[in-house]
Amino acid sequence: MANLLWLQSGGCGGCTMSLLNAENPDLMSTLKNAGINLLWHPSLSEETGAEVRDILEKIIDGTLTLDILCVEGALLRGPHGTGRYHIFGGTGIPMIDWVEQLSKKANYTLAIGSCAAFGGVTTASDNITDATGLQFEGELRGGLLGSEFTSQKAMPVINVAGCPVHPDWVTETLMSLVIDNPSEEDFDEFTRPRLYTDQLVHHGCTRNEYYEYKASAEQPGELGCMMEHMGCLGTQAHADCNTRLWNGQGSCTRAGYACINCTAPEFEEPRHSFTETPKIAGIPVGLPTDMPKAWFVALASLSKAATPERLKHNARSEQLIYPPTLHKKNKS
Amino acid sequence: MSRLLVGPFNRVEGDLDIALEVENNRVTSAKVNSTLYRGFEQILIGKRAIDALVYTPRICGICSISQSIACARALADLSNIAITANGERSHNLLLANESLTDLLTHFYLFFMPDFARDIYREKSWYDATKKRFKAVEGEATKTVLPARAKFLHVMGVMAGRWPHTLCIQPGGSSKAISRHERLRLLATLADFRSFLENTLFGDNLDNINAIQSISDFEHWINQEDYTQSDLRWFMHLSRDLELSTFGRTDSQLLSYGNFTEDKASLIKRGIWTPANGLQNLPLDKITEDISHSWMDGDAKKALHPTVGATDVSLQSSEKPDAYSWCKAPRLDGDVFETGALARAVISGNPLFNELIHSQGANVNTRVIARLLELAKIVPEMQRWATELDITEPYCNNKPMLADGQGVGLTEAARGSLGHWIEVKDNHISRYQIIAPTTWNFSPRDIDNKPGALEKSLEGAPVQNGEKDPVSVQHIVRSFDPCMVCTVH
Repeated sequence: MANLLWLQSGGCGGCTMSLLNAENPDLMSTLKNAGINLLWHPSLSEETGAEVRDILEKIIDGTLTLDILCVEGALLRGPHGTGRYHIFGGTGIPMIDWVEQLSKKANYTLAIGSCAAFGGVTTASDNITDATGLQFEGELRGGLLGSEFTSQKAMPVINVAGCPVHPDWVTETLMSLVIDNPSEEDFDEFTRPRLYTDQLVHHGCTRNEYYEYKASAEQPGELGCMMEHMGCLGTQAHADCNTRLWNGQGSCTRAGYACINCTAPEFEEPRHSFTETPKIAGIPVGLPTDMPKAWFVALASLSKAATPERLKHNARSEQLIYPPTLHKKNKS
Repeated sequence: MSRLLVGPFNRVEGDLDIALEVENNRVTSAKVNSTLYRGFEQILIGKRAIDALVYTPRICGICSISQSIACARALADLSNIAITANGERSHNLLLANESLTDLLTHFYLFFMPDFARDIYREKSWYDATKKRFKAVEGEATKTVLPARAKFLHVMGVMAGRWPHTLCIQPGGSSKAISRHERLRLLATLADFRSFLENTLFGDNLDNINAIQSISDFEHWINQEDYTQSDLRWFMHLSRDLELSTFGRTDSQLLSYGNFTEDKASLIKRGIWTPANGLQNLPLDKITEDISHSWMDGDAKKALHPTVGATDVSLQSSEKPDAYSWCKAPRLDGDVFETGALARAVISGNPLFNELIHSQGANVNTRVIARLLELAKIVPEMQRWATELDITEPYCNNKPMLADGQGVGLTEAARGSLGHWIEVKDNHISRYQIIAPTTWNFSPRDIDNKPGALEKSLEGAPVQNGEKDPVSVQHIVRSFDPCMVCTVH
């Protein structure tokens, strides 16, 4: 069995809550079937207080093997490098010190969620708490553990980014560590698992027909494409939200609001309102990934001219007004 | 006298430690320390008002919808935006989906596993309880996790995902429910209802909701063996361990009210005190004291959230007498407890009226209130879903005002949550949040009055040699704490 320890710091606990949404099979069965033993998890385990301190000490003195260390939440270095914004309860020691010690012992170290990966929401505005990710501070390599850090298995920190993470992103990454012995090619430039970041949120978006014809929503709740006016970053965001789906059948765009690219570093500071598309001369500043700008402009104006009436009207409505026309083989 | 530092606490949704003073095997004094500070109230200053809808759910991944709703209500209040009827139904369904998920998760995953601890091995109920409720590997977890995940399909349909949706808007929801989605919701809710009836209650919800008095409840419990349902199981343990003697506060209760329908609310707003019973809630008398918090500011001046501030520094982290990042909310200078028990008493539930008079607020009454709230709200969810009207709008997109103040109040699973916002030129100039566990787990105030948990720990039994007294575990978790919300 592979021993897994989970710690939480400067975050909201939402990645754990999301993880508990794992289905077919449930979380405990998935871990057990993968041969993963939950050494301790703050929301799930029986051990508390002295029992927990005992587990941590045994890992550090080498009498207990730590195969996988998962850290959820940003690492808080402030005020003035003291780490006092999070002293790990009952220990009198800052969480950043515990994480530094324990990560040296772990075969793999995982950042769960965009906070632990890159700093995330806690770093927004002036980053009062001097929060950082484990091995990235925003897009810059470094973070708490430093750019040179590698775990016992010679791997950098694995960033299962997302705000929150999808439960399968975590369980599949954990399974792959146990089963596949993955190498650095299995991860992207931000060390995110390519098993979910080789896709765009745009892929599988139910608004794609509106996107094709640039039939756009202008208010929350309207059915049209949200790229032109509503700040949607689905054409640039690396994640499989619209093919994998959340909580049975959902995704952000399916619920009528913009993708804010929460798997990316620095998503928390878009430098404009999240739900308004910044434009220059009427053209959105952020264009779809890999799309040449001139082609985008040309195709957009062409497709806008060809927008069917059905899409034009449905795009500005909360409910479908016009269903697609029925084609009959025998025309009377 | 001996001292115990208990922590890290787990199954409390965040981090926590508690310093206890113990004399003659009883806790004589407790200091509760919320150990994590993130600074949302500072992060929000200078942001576009509408972007608060992105940041505030991320205060808490457990109460994410509740945070979104408090924020949306504050923005609606500021700009005088009326919510659509469908929007109200959507908000009610989403809030209930999150809160009931929490009540269920708390009971099975966070609260009950403490009864499977080795310390109870001599008890007649121990073997069966360990088999059913042991953390991680207990039988109950195997059925509860899939039921919980399926129930949250309501979020998949109505919010896109959970936690952290952006569908909740001041004027309603960005997700209009289509004909087939409404039916899908009804199917999911009926399935969850069956799960509760089969597993938690061992009876249909109508019978549970018909319990109107302590004698009704006793009669119902005694109808079957304790292993027949998990509510009976809890009552069996509670009687044996006399949990009604654990974790008593002064029983001063607070509820902001919840689940509005055309301006009325299903859960009532108000306060209840043993001296004066049910009263109106004077919102202007809420203050936050920082005398024992690691915060900068005038320790002698407790401020209302409309003029409150949150400032921290290296100096404040070394403040003498301070021992927590949590502020101390008070109502007219008094300590109040919030949560499902407060909601039941303040809403006039006759069973809880009897219970609060005979036992006060304690571990037993807090847990019963939480479980019976599940029975009460699920049929309401079914009604709201039935009433979703696909011919009517979901979102009132009236524009926001550039300047003003607003307040947004709601009930998260663990109690009263309030957001107070001030906006100048479309940007946030002040944002103050008082979360439920801020009330329940507050430190002392300037008069040295302990917070609700601190008070409830006084008198807790400590057995010889216990490092993490099991009574303290039960009492702490009976509040369904949410530590990440507490300090934010």
